[in-house]
Formats: sequence, C-alpha cells, structure tokens
Amino acid sequence: MAIFLDRNSRVIVQGMTGSEGSKHTRRMLAAGTTIVGGTNPKKAGTSVGFDGTSLPVFAGIAEAMAATGANVVVSFVPPAGAKMGMLEAIDAGIDLAVAITEGIPVHDTTAAWAYATSRGNKTRIIGPNCPGIASPGQSNAGIIPADITKPGRIGLVSKSGTLTYQMMFELRDIGFSTCVGIGGDPVIGTTHIDCLRAFQDDPDTDAIVMIGEIGGDAEERAAAFIEANVTKPVVGYVAGFTAPEGRTMGHAGAIVSGSSGTAAAKKEALEKVGVQVGKTPSEAARLIRELMNSR
Amino acid sequence: MDLFEYQARDLFAAHGVPVLRGEVATTAERAGEIAAALGGRVVIKAQVKTGGRGKAGGVKLADDAEDASTKAAAILGMDIKGHVVHRVLVAEASDIAEEYYFSFLLDRSNRTFLAMASREGGVEIEQIAVEKPEALAKVPIDAITGVDLAKAREIAIAAGYPAEILDQAADVIVALWDVFTKEDATLVEVNPLVKTPDGVVLALDGKVTLDENAAFRQPAHADLADAEAADPLEARAKEAGLNYVKLDGAVGVIGNGAGLVMSSLDVVSYAGEAFGGVKPANFLDIGGGASADVMAASLAIVLSDPSVRSVFVNVFGGITSCDAVANGIVAAFGKLRDAGEQITSPLVVRLDGNRAEEGRAILAAAALPNVEQNDTMDGAAQRAAELASAK
Repeated sequence: MAIFLDRNSRVIVQGMTGSEGSKHTRRMLAAGTTIVGGTNPKKAGTSVGFDGTSLPVFAGIAEAMAATGANVVVSFVPPAGAKMGMLEAIDAGIDLAVAITEGIPVHDTTAAWAYATSRGNKTRIIGPNCPGIASPGQSNAGIIPADITKPGRIGLVSKSGTLTYQMMFELRDIGFSTCVGIGGDPVIGTTHIDCLRAFQDDPDTDAIVMIGEIGGDAEERAAAFIEANVTKPVVGYVAGFTAPEGRTMGHAGAIVSGSSGTAAAKKEALEKVGVQVGKTPSEAARLIRELMNSR
Repeated sequence: MDLFEYQARDLFAAHGVPVLRGEVATTAERAGEIAAALGGRVVIKAQVKTGGRGKAGGVKLADDAEDASTKAAAILGMDIKGHVVHRVLVAEASDIAEEYYFSFLLDRSNRTFLAMASREGGVEIEQIAVEKPEALAKVPIDAITGVDLAKAREIAIAAGYPAEILDQAADVIVALWDVFTKEDATLVEVNPLVKTPDGVVLALDGKVTLDENAAFRQPAHADLADAEAADPLEARAKEAGLNYVKLDGAVGVIGNGAGLVMSSLDVVSYAGEAFGGVKPANFLDIGGGASADVMAASLAIVLSDPSVRSVFVNVFGGITSCDAVANGIVAAFGKLRDAGEQITSPLVVRLDGNRAEEGRAILAAAALPNVEQNDTMDGAAQRAAELASAK
C-alpha cells in the first residue's frame, strides 16, 4: 500500500499540451504512472503521442473521468488560470488533485480552498507550488524524479521539492512507501498533519520523515498532532535556521515574522513531543537510517 | 511587498476609504509648498517601513508652511531603527476624539481571511492582543462570500465600535475589503481608525502588504517598489529573473530549490562556526530545470559581490540536470574571462542526483582554476567556509 496514490491510480494531466505539462507527462509515463489522458478545452478530441503512447485530450476533468475512470489529476496550468483549474477539479469531485504550479496569487488559492470546503472537501488537493506525490514502484503524480530512490517503508512529507529529492536519494537503499511534497505556499491543500495521519494508518509505512521550513505554524501544529496521534517514529528536519527576519526566502510562505515561524521554535516544538530533529538533511537521514536498521 | 504609509493612503483613497488630504515630499521645500496648499496646521510624518517612528521623533505637527519646511528638514535623513527617512507625508492635522484598530489579513493556519478589529487603537496590535485580548475581535471571512455591509456591521459590532459610528464604520470596512481583494493584498491595516470631535470616521494611518505572486494582474504595483532600498545586486538578480537575497556573510551560496538553498545557508553557518563564524553571503535559488545560462548569470552576480570570499554551489539534480549546471559553470568562467574579469573567489561544487556523474566529469575535464568538487553537502559547505576564512 501507500498513501493517496498507488498502482491503481488513473492519472490525467491538466495542461498536458503545454510545455511543462508535456515534458512531465513523458517523465511520469516513464516512471510507470498509469496516465489515461489530458485536458485542454481548445484541443478536445485530439490525441498526443508520447514515445509510442497515444493519450486522448478531453475538454475537461469531468469528461476525462467519465471516459477513462481517472481518479487523479495533475495540474500544470499557469498561475492566471490555476484557480479555475482547481475549481474544475473540485466540481468534478475527483479524488486527488495535485497542483504543481508555482506563483499562484494567495487570494486565488484561499478562494479555491474555501470552495473545496463548501463542497465538503471530497477532493484532496496537494499543493500548489509543490513537486507532487510519488509512491515509488507504483505511481508518480508530479515532477518528483522517479529513479532516485526505490520502494520501501519510509513515509516522507515535505514543504520543499529539492529537499524531498535529497532525502529520497540519501535513503535510496532503504526506500519509501510514499513521498509527498506539500508545497511552500502560505495556503496549501494537504498539510503535514494530513500526511502524518495517513502514514500512521498505512500498514506499509514503518517510520516517517517530516521536512519543514521557516514560516507559519504548520510544524508546531504537526508536533501537537504527533503527540496525540502518531505512534510510529518520526524524524524531522527544518530548513532556515539562519534566515533573516522579514525576508521571503524563495518560497512565498518562507518568511519569519517577528518571533513566529522561526526554525528554532519549530525544532523545539517537535523535539518536545519526542521527534528527533536533524541539524542538517544528512543528520536527519542518519537518524532515520538508525531507526530503520534497529527494527 | 510592504508599502509605505503614503502608498497605502493612496490605495485607500482610490477605493473610497476616507483619509485626510495630503501629499508626499522628498525635500523640505516641497513639504512647505504642500503645507501652504493644504492651509492651516499640518502633520509631517516620516515614511519608513518600521514601527515606533512617533517615539523616534519622526512625526511632528507644524503650524504653517514655514514651520512645516523646518520640521520636514529635521525629519528627512533621520535614521529610525536602521531605516533612513527619504520621504515625509504632509497631511492635514486632525483632532482625534477616539482611536480604534482595524485590519484584514491572511490567516494561513486556518487557510482563510480574517478581520481583526478593536475599540482600542493607536497602540501596536501585538500589545492589544497581549494586554486586552478580550478587546480584540477576530472574525473569519469566507474568501468566496467576502464582506458586504451586513458582514461589515457584524465586525464593527464585534469590535465594540460605538453605536453612533456603526454606519460609517461599516462603509469604511467594505471599502477596505475592496482594497484587500482588488489589490491582492495579504494585509490591510488601519491603526488608528479615528473618530474626529465632529463624529467623522477616518483612516489616519495605514499599512498594506501586497502579494507579489499577483504581479501579473496588478501592473500598477511595479511602480510601488522601493527602488532606493533595494540592494543593487538584488535589483540585478531580479532583472535576470533570479531569486536572490543579499545576506551579510562571506560564502556565496547558489543552489536549486528554495528548501535546499535555505538548508545550504544553515549548513554553511554551522560549518562556519569552526572558522571564526563565517556566514553565508546570499541566498540564490536557480530554480527547477535551470539552464546553463541561468547558472552563468547566477555565478556572475554572486562573484560580483565584493564581500564574497568563496562560493558554494549546491545542486541536487531532480528536474535540473547536473551536466547543464556544470556547463553553466564552465560557460560563466569563459564569459567572465572574456570580460577581462579575474575569478578570485574559489568555488566548491557539489553535484548529486540527475546526471551527476556527467556533470562531475565535465567539471573535471574543464580543470577550471579555483574550482574544486566535493561529494557531500556537509563536506562542501565545510570546505567553502574554510576557504572563505583563509582568504
């Protein structure tokens, strides 16, 4: 098993005909993902070839679901249209919507989240501004490189794309059940807590790595959740100990305001509930390796 | 992007929020002219993006144009908590009967918007929250239904605003919601919102933060950027489309992905502790799938920073391929050499992930002076810190 995405997932790509969309559709196919089509209202009824695989283009998500039984959509729609893309996924009621797009105005994401909530949150949203989700050996929905790790029993949840890759690579000999890049924006769909809950319930995950970064209070909330609900071992890492106050460090959400959102506060909150926190990514990798080896 | 008070005031006025007449000046002479045009008593307010300017002497009343000019001369050039005053707002002086607090902001923890309002105003909101939490109303706002007159009145009542100003306050709140949504703001704060002795409600001071991700649909916002405050290297990087933040250390850091670069800064700082406290000189994220050109432009910017004594290039190839990064480094050296510039700072490069072996081979074959490779992030950071301290 895995969380949110597995070998039975049937994936469609919103914006498949664009440059990013087509590049990553090809990569996802190579990673073994079952991709059943794409959407683009202007090119509905056509098909696109990817190294011998021909994929149909549908007008929208609902049509694609009806025709193919798709249950996952990965979206590469540019920022100006990203909100409409998210609303469409919510209207279609698809199980999982992965929003890769970076640079979406936060008013748009907040409105999409309010809409999702008003519709009962039937669609799980991952992102935006995220690398997506990969269950190695089963399926890959997004832009996470598939060949840097192998299937295994560690669950990984991270705000950062490259730190996700770094960790997957460092622990490639042990392997992962699912790796989720939840994204670095101030407002995101799936949170650290959602992933912790799912990993706790997943019989094929033995230990969890949680990577956070400065800004907001998601890590502090995750710590409270771990204390009350997670019995599996968790190892943490937080990026941005040396970030100056008031400056946005790359991710729109990565900003320290006043005394809140600092890496030190997050580390302390996690350690207080028994989470081992690595000072560097390598140290976090070593901690999880020791845990897995002692099992 | 945080705005100056006068910029916030302009946005307020444009959306129908009542403000006092006034104008911004960069010279004492101009301040005098504005005061003369306004007539009567005026207030001269330092324009700095920090709190506590009143206590620092950055806000003064002036009786007439000549006095305004004198007071403006005293305030212009003043240093308030490290912020030099380049501009003053000259506005009508207002008598105040009561002061209140109001703001709309993004509540990221609850993934919604929030109105915060209090009958207590004129002091820092953090202080109200600590000393009189019961006096601070927090009302969640649905991002879809927004704020209409009924919702605005509900907020005004929750804040405890006096009955005689509820109608006016509700109108002001609706106008502020207009600022918040139409301008893609993540914060709109009025402190104080005042009632004058004749019962008029006014926004006397404002703070606005705009969402830079919305720049594509807010073309007017580009003019609000503070060109004077921007570091010249940051300005150059922005022009080249690079995500760069100037810091105050000696190790230049270039990497791919915001998280990895933030992490690289930390690792350099830890490693630097053993070398007399060497610290990172910048944050530079080349992004995903970066080309050789992007790498070359990045290197040129970091190397042109005179405080840089060594450079740590930390790339984990996910989408980015390490051979492109290596080619970028080689190309950057060629370009800099052609421009007659000496590369005096040593580079420590760590390539891992997608096409790392090819990338390492390209660098090894190029045998660039002053470039060495290191297999691990921690090892490379340590070596870069050591080289920076040795120079």
